[in-house]
This record gives sequence, structure tokens and C-alpha cells, in this order.
Amino acid sequence: MDSRDWIRDGLYAVAGAAYAVPLALLNLPLLVLFAVALVLTPVLGLGLVLLPLVTLLIRARADLARRLAARYGVPIARPYRPRPERAVLGGLRRYRWLITDPATWRDVAWLLPGAVGGLILAGLSLGIVAYGVQGILLIPLWVSVGVDGYGYGAIWPIDTVGEGFLSLPQGAVILAVGVAAAPWLRQAEAYTARPFLAPTRAAELRLRVSQLTVTRAGAVDAQAAELRRIERDLHDGAQARLVSLGMTIGLAEEIIEDDPAAARKLLAEARENSTTALHELRHLVRGIHPPVLAERGLEGAVQALAMALPIPTAVTAVVPGRLDTPVESAAYFAVAEALANATRHSGAAHASVEVRHSGGLLMLRVSDDGRGGADPGGGTGLRGIERRLAAFDGTMSLSSPPGGPTVVTMELPCALFSPRISPSSGTA
Amino acid sequence: MRVVLAEDLALLRDGLTRLLEAYGFAVVAAVEDGPSLLPALVEHRPDVAVIDVRLPPTFTDEGLQAAIAARTTVPGLPVLVLSQHVEPLYARELLTDRRGGVGYLLKDRVANVAQFVDAVRRVASGGTVMDPEVVGQLLARNQPPLAALTGREREVLGLMAEGRSNGAIAAKLFVGEKAVSKHINSIFTKLGLPPSDDDHRRVLAVLAYLNG
Repeated sequence: MDSRDWIRDGLYAVAGAAYAVPLALLNLPLLVLFAVALVLTPVLGLGLVLLPLVTLLIRARADLARRLAARYGVPIARPYRPRPERAVLGGLRRYRWLITDPATWRDVAWLLPGAVGGLILAGLSLGIVAYGVQGILLIPLWVSVGVDGYGYGAIWPIDTVGEGFLSLPQGAVILAVGVAAAPWLRQAEAYTARPFLAPTRAAELRLRVSQLTVTRAGAVDAQAAELRRIERDLHDGAQARLVSLGMTIGLAEEIIEDDPAAARKLLAEARENSTTALHELRHLVRGIHPPVLAERGLEGAVQALAMALPIPTAVTAVVPGRLDTPVESAAYFAVAEALANATRHSGAAHASVEVRHSGGLLMLRVSDDGRGGADPGGGTGLRGIERRLAAFDGTMSLSSPPGGPTVVTMELPCALFSPRISPSSGTA
Repeated sequence: MRVVLAEDLALLRDGLTRLLEAYGFAVVAAVEDGPSLLPALVEHRPDVAVIDVRLPPTFTDEGLQAAIAARTTVPGLPVLVLSQHVEPLYARELLTDRRGGVGYLLKDRVANVAQFVDAVRRVASGGTVMDPEVVGQLLARNQPPLAALTGREREVLGLMAEGRSNGAIAAKLFVGEKAVSKHINSIFTKLGLPPSDDDHRRVLAVLAYLNG
């Protein structure tokens, strides 16, 4: 680490410690308010309104603690149950939701130890730094104010100016220690808060279940819509064409004796129709599962995709093995959509695709040198990618400042199987 | 003319055999899977091989792989590869050995019997026949070195890739044959292809097209 980095991190942490003192003190009135709200519940139903409000404040305070902890490398997830529908403020439903959520009580249980721990650790951090600063400033203070019997560090008391000067290096060392230790002390506070503020195993599972329910619903919806589209395409396309094909050939059969020339014309028409039907089927198959993906896997399919684009597209693909078919397909269509956006909307002259698999994570990155300003909420395409990837716990992030470049990064946790050593890269 | 045929669907295998024999080809071997294709090609050394890309046992691109492998063992062995879908990527792989005698067509093209048989013959005689769909997919692009070509020159190059002769190109574009050879020479120059025999340069031009 650069020496400037630790100084900057340290100073931030010292500022954080200063900020932590009022925050810790804030815990105490919150605790009192909660107790009051609880006690007032039977009294005129005041608690029905007061308790949810106080809980809201406590949750805001706990969320702040979680965010601060994350800043010092201790991520703490939110443990709360989702709010039920029609749970209006002042209603019994809302009250029950809060009072039966163990996370509410664990937040409350944290308030006091959190305050004490926070004060001790922040005080320690600030104390060391303050003592260091005092050592450095001792000489001017001593000379100007002339306090009698002053002492510092290992020298106590200070009798001469010479002894006074010795406090300077000591102060510098203590200040450095204080600054260096500050991030660790902040982290220590985060660790003490975590057992209270993090979800329990049961809550974690509950969160996971609700998240899976959402993504599963999305995946099922998407699949149903896809099947409907395929059915419609087949019905209006290939099926209709085959019917007309049979009709044309039947007609030709009828008239072949009497009017061979007309029959020949009909047969030529039938042949043309069969070609069109095949063309439509090919198009449909590409949309379901591109043959090149089945044949070459993600690497080859992305290269084939890049070759068919109207702008030069560099492909760097290193996937030493095959992925599960559904993941492969999701990844392929995500890249295809991102590339289509790059060529359609951005006015880019070049695009590039990077596909990598390492540490159980498939990383897909599509960038272009276009005008940027892509809006993740605007296009249904990007939204579609996100939903598609979410079904596999994948994520998508978009960076597209005005003026470009646009970079879409997608990540999918997935395993590789049947290793096949053929890294490849090239420009198509 | 002796032909080795590789197609896993019996219906199509029999149909192709019948079709080719009706036009005076002798089908010396008709195989139905990948592993038996390469030995058949090396053993029979046919005048042309007609190969389906997707074959058992893996049903991926075994036919293509066998065709490329056979051309390493028997350089310049004429192969016409058929598929339900065409990929410029595969076309490029077929052409990278820079020898002619390569065809890559959609299976649908079989329906136009006369054109299909003509394509088989042209591949057998060392020509290059790319499916109009491959050509079409590339025509939309405007990338170096192709960006240097004029619109008409690209059209000519596309038709060359489809394996058409100068006469056929001239007829298609309603120009004289002289104009076509002028265009072709200009294409060769712009793509930086050294003087050599015309057939070879045509293959290289098409490859440049696919790489572009």
C-alpha cells in the first residue's frame, strides 16, 4: 500500500471516530423512546403509532451502522422481513409485523452495547490521536502558556525546555500510531455490531427464499412468454407455409395432365415456399438456441456473433471448458443483446467483447466507443438482460457516461466442466 | 465423378444419392457418422465430398472438423459442406488453408437441383462456392480492408464468393465481362493480393472478405 493511502484511510477513520461519538450517544434516547412506546401501547393505543415510528428511527440508525461497517470491510446484510401489504401506520398489522420480527428486538438489544462499545472504541481512537497532537504542540503551548508541572509521555514532569523538545518525536510517533490504528478500531466496532445487526441464519434463508421467489417468477414468466412467441411463430410461419405447400403441390397434381406448363409454375412456386419456410424456421431456431452455440460453446458462438456485426468487434474469449446449457444460453443472449445495443444506438465505430471464467465466476464485458449516455432503466433490452441473468444469480452493471465509452459488465456464478484447452482471441 | 457423401438422416442421404447419381455422379461411399467419414475420405480420395456439418455421435460440427482434417491429410480435397444454418466463422475455417475446392451451402439449396449440381461440379473443379446467406451477412459490414472497395466492387466480390464465373457475374449485374474483370483486378489490387493464378486469388479475395 502507498504510504499516502494509509494516511488518507487513517484520517478518514479518525473523522469516522469523531462522527461515531454523537451517533453512539444517539442510541440512548432511541432506547428510551422504544421503551416508552412499548409501555404506552396499552394506553389509548398510542404505541400503535409511536412504536412503528420509533422502530423506523432505530432501523435508520442500524442501517447507518451497517453502511459504515461495510465501509471498513465488514458487510452486514439487512435482516428485516418484508413489509406486508396494507400495513398502514397506526394499524395493528404494521405493529404486529414490527413486534414479531426478531430483527427489531436484536436492533434494540444492540442499542446499549453498541453505544458503549462505540464510545469506548471511538474514544480510544480519538484519545491516541489527541495525545499525539498534544505532544507535537507541547513546546509552543508550554512556552506561551507556561503551565507549571507539565508532563508528557515518558518524561514526567517536564522541567527544562530540552526535555520539552523530547515530547515532539514522541508525539509524532503516537499520532502516527493513532492514525494507523484508527481504521482497525473502526473495524473492531463493526465486528462488535455484527452479531446484533446481521441476519440470523434463519433470516438469511428467509431473505434468500423471497429473492428466489422473485427471480423464479421472472424466469417462469419469461419462459412462458418465449414459448408463446415460438408457438405463434410456428403457427403463422412454417405451419401455414407447409399447408400452402401441400395445397400448391396438390393443385399441380390435378392439372399436370391438362396443363403441364401451369403445373410446372405451381411446382416452382412450391419450391420457393419451402425455401421461405426453411428460412423462417432457421430464424426461429436461432432465437431459441443458436446452432453455433450448441456446436462451439460460448467462445465460438460469441466469435460467430461478432463476425456478423456491422462494426469491427474484437473478441477475447477464454472459457476453458463448457458451461451448463442454460447458463451458456443466458450468457450468449446477454452478450448478443448488449452488442446489438452497441451497434444500434451508440453510433460506435468499434466494439469489444471479453469473456472470461475464473474462480467460479463467468465475466462478460461488452464495450463500445460510442456516444454513451445509455440508460439502464430506459431500454427493455438491458432490463431483459438483467432479469435473464438474475435467474442464475447473475448481475449486470452499466457504465455509460455522456460521450462514452459504454461498458456493460455481466457476472454469472457458474461451474465449468469437461475442460478443453483452447483459448482463442481474434478480431472479427 | 466420384463422390463421398456424409449425412446422418437416411431420408436425405438416400435423396442426395439418388439426385447425384441421376446427374452422372458415382457415390462411392455414403457414411452416416463422424468417425467413419475421415477414413472414407482418405481411402476413396473422391473427386468431391458432400458433407453435412452436424453428424453423430456428438451432433455438433463433426462433419466440418472431418472435412478440415481430411484436407490436411489430402491437401485440396474438394469438399462441399452442407448445413441447416451457415456461419461466416465456419466458412473462414474452411478457407484458411487457402486452397480452393471448398463449398459451403445451406441445405435448402438442394431444392434447386440444377444449381446445386452445378455447385458440386464447381467445387470438384477447385472453385469456391459460398452460400448467398454467408455473403449477405458480410455485405452489411464496412470494415477494412473491404471499406476501400466501391459498392460495385463489393457486389462483384460477393458474387465471386458465391462461386460465380466472370460471365455469370456480368449477366447478373447487366454489365460486360470486360467490366467485370476490370472490377476484379481492382479488387485484387485493393486487397493487396499478389499476381498468381486467377482461381487462387479468388479464394484469397473471398478469405479477405470473411476476415474483414
